[in-house]
Amino acid sequence: MSELSVNHLLGIKQVSQEDIHLILETAENFKEVINRPIKKVPSLRDFTIANLFFENSTRTRLSFELAEKRLSADVINFSAASSSVKKGETLIDTVNNILSMKVDMVVMRHPNPGASVFLSNHVNASIVNAGDGAHEHPTQALLDAFSIKEKLGSLEGKKVVIVGDILHSRVALSNIFCLRKLGAVVKVCGPETLLPKHIKSLGVDVENNLDKALKWCDVANMLRVQNERMSTRYFPSTREYVAQYGLDKERLNRLDKEIVIMHPGPINRGVEISSDIADSQHAIILDQVQNGVAVRMSVLYLLASKLKHYNRN
Amino acid sequence: MSKKLLLSAERINIILNRLACQLIENHNEFKDTVIIGIQPRGVFLSERLKQLLREEYDIADVKFGKLDITFYRDDFGRGNKVLQANKTDINFIVEDKKVVFVDDVLYTGRSIRSALTALQSFGRPRSVELLTLIDRRFSRHLPIQPDYKGRQVDAINKERVIVSWKENDGEDAVYIITQGE
Repeated sequence: MSELSVNHLLGIKQVSQEDIHLILETAENFKEVINRPIKKVPSLRDFTIANLFFENSTRTRLSFELAEKRLSADVINFSAASSSVKKGETLIDTVNNILSMKVDMVVMRHPNPGASVFLSNHVNASIVNAGDGAHEHPTQALLDAFSIKEKLGSLEGKKVVIVGDILHSRVALSNIFCLRKLGAVVKVCGPETLLPKHIKSLGVDVENNLDKALKWCDVANMLRVQNERMSTRYFPSTREYVAQYGLDKERLNRLDKEIVIMHPGPINRGVEISSDIADSQHAIILDQVQNGVAVRMSVLYLLASKLKHYNRN
Repeated sequence: MSKKLLLSAERINIILNRLACQLIENHNEFKDTVIIGIQPRGVFLSERLKQLLREEYDIADVKFGKLDITFYRDDFGRGNKVLQANKTDINFIVEDKKVVFVDDVLYTGRSIRSALTALQSFGRPRSVELLTLIDRRFSRHLPIQPDYKGRQVDAINKERVIVSWKENDGEDAVYIITQGE
């Protein structure tokens, strides 16, 4: 008998190790469910969930929507591009208007760090952060942890290197919190300009040489270079970036062991990872996507169970 | 709190043999029959039946599964803590099969209601029967009755019926526990 210690999933920083274990264990059961001929359970039949996306997304939005539907919840979708936000409505007004239509949970992606924390203090619904600026992306970290655990059995003592654009990456920050809470050893690797200044204070090591990092690690998580967030040049040219930080067959062949290769998507093929590696058996990129649905089902299910839905009046 | 022994290991063994024989009587060679233990505690009973059928009656060719009903419960979101889910392990389709649900105690009938819903994810069975070691009479919330029962008990609501299994709890026994005043 167990439940989460939190009422919202705002970031991995706020959840305990027990919470993470509970989410991952429950996700295993949901993974079995979504591989059945009939992939649906009735648990959230009387719940309504709003997906609010103030920033573009394909994978995360579809994954959340599918998770919600597999749990039998009613779903409404909102994207900022086609909404009254453009007319000057504030975040709280937008969300309160949506909640007045009797919505129980909100899944939100927003370009500003802390938007979901802010929202959780002002509205009466359970909030799931689906990415807030360069801050956190908790469900991505959970599905990454789930995928590594599935492949290697456990996270305890495993060596994980996160490669690339750490500076603009909410995936990196959430992953660092999550992996460390589960006992993994974490290194970040990238050009100095794309590493946050005080990253070591999070308890991770820094390595600028990709070959050395790969030699050390069990798992390499290759992040996308987020050109859309770069207002200035962080490296001389894409070609130089690929030469130093791109993962290709040649680099992998130089290793005397097999490593697990991950990517949160979307991939810039030929930049951070070459096509043949992205499509090879070492890469678990598509497993990550499938596990994402199970992990999000688990998060929504466990948060919904805390809502006291039927004794609200 | 008082603890009263309802069934000893010896009695349980006699009952299990009878239940196995009743299953054989109705299902002959188990050609189209599948036996599904309800997680978590029904699985111990279904494993015992599996072992009995194989070792005592030479019937080894029966399909067995485990079904978890956590996500199908009807009390979700009603202030109760959620139960931790268990593994569902059904690697066959129940379409047109004769299903026998196995659980240790039948009480309100709500677990079996959830199990019937959960089963729909694996196809449309020809029929569903229920086998239970203990049938608590007069406490049903739903019109659900067992087809095979080990022992009927008239326990009142504040009493609890506990089934222990050797492989999990150290002994085979059934107790009735009465909470103190």
